[in-house]
Amino acid sequence: MKYIDEYRDSSLVKPLVEKLKKSVTKPVRLMEVCGTHTMAIFRNGIRSILPAGMEIVSGPGCPVCVTSASHMDAFIAMAEIPGVRVAIFGDLFRVPGSHGSLANATARGALVEVVYSPMDALELARNNPEDTVVFLGVGFETTTPGIAATILAAYHEDIDNFCVFSTQKVIPGPLEALMQDPQLNINGLLCPGHVSAIIGAGAYQPFVDQGLACVVAGFEPADLVNGLILLAKQVGSNTPQVENIYPRVVSWDGNRRALAMVDQIFEPTDMEWRGLGVIENSGLAIREKYQKFDAQKRFDIELVPTEEPKGCLCGEILKGQTVPPQCPLFGSRCKPSTPVGPCMVSSEGTCAAYYKYGRDS
Amino acid sequence: MCLAVPMKVEKIEGDPDDFTQNQIAVVNMDGVSRKIRLDVVDRWPEVGDYVIVHAGFAIHSLIEEEAKKNIELIREMASHMPEELLLAGDDS
Repeated sequence: MKYIDEYRDSSLVKPLVEKLKKSVTKPVRLMEVCGTHTMAIFRNGIRSILPAGMEIVSGPGCPVCVTSASHMDAFIAMAEIPGVRVAIFGDLFRVPGSHGSLANATARGALVEVVYSPMDALELARNNPEDTVVFLGVGFETTTPGIAATILAAYHEDIDNFCVFSTQKVIPGPLEALMQDPQLNINGLLCPGHVSAIIGAGAYQPFVDQGLACVVAGFEPADLVNGLILLAKQVGSNTPQVENIYPRVVSWDGNRRALAMVDQIFEPTDMEWRGLGVIENSGLAIREKYQKFDAQKRFDIELVPTEEPKGCLCGEILKGQTVPPQCPLFGSRCKPSTPVGPCMVSSEGTCAAYYKYGRDS
Repeated sequence: MCLAVPMKVEKIEGDPDDFTQNQIAVVNMDGVSRKIRLDVVDRWPEVGDYVIVHAGFAIHSLIEEEAKKNIELIREMASHMPEELLLAGDDS
């Protein structure tokens, strides 16, 4: 496949791996912010080739994982309203709230449809005029523009039986809050590739000003290894800067057309994150002009504070404070087949990644 | 979840400035064609261009020149070791 295969070519990756081995001149502790990077790093065996002195922890960039238990409960309550058909991205289906998951709700008769695109949810609304289709919006900057465009399409077509429950989140603010934690001791960020396609590499400049090395990288082996080399180099020479090694997809300023679409439909709001709590202006709510598409307003759903599952360390894992094998539930009570916390459910969750690829390392 | 892949544009419908009409492209990956949306793509593509697709929406349209620059950046790193990376006593 064009633009993919050349970044997997072993004649390119092998010398990079050799360079990586020699790149660490002082201890480097990095965070990979994005869940898709977490999975790509495990799948390609990158953890097994990390040189001595280099450590990578996973960050809060798995959207399903940072969806709070109280939002999950509200999603399930929404699915159980008669006449409502909820549409979701597949990852959400088995995430436990405080009383079971959407999967359990379907067993009680709730209508839950897994869609690939928010536009598919709008199509469901067109095809099922007797139901109200509620798209459960979960995701970061990469996903939000498409949801905004779907709401705008519903507005232009005047589709009445469609709305969105927005828990859309933004990355830079919460990441900055997280980096204030002195215990974390991170000195470089592997910045997300596709979030950055929207917000631009320039969004990481504030982290550089705090002394953090920042490299925006793609998801193929050559992208990842090159990213780690450059981060080690920046840390080693104490020259933090934003380097963009994914220019085929990411520009400095980002995707202005997508940003304008998001700004037209959404406005900043305070948002609860699993593990991080409520963070000011870290979420997106639907603007008043489009409020008939706001599921929370239409159905008057309240968020009820909920306790995390007992013993589950997802919160600490999302903050990079611990790793899955340290969790007492990991691999025993909590497995992909019987997940307790969201990090084990999502295909991009850190616990799922450790379970699938990392138990021996 | 932020997975997005390059697909080749085969056909385009709609007008980049008119959001009241559908903005759609037919794209192909590994011989499989599907319809995706162009509502939030950064640059309106031409047939034959590649777009990065996430959840049914093109979020970026690739420019050959940027793609070339990208692979060259990485090839350069693979073939050439900047001096400051060399460890003392390493003569490779």
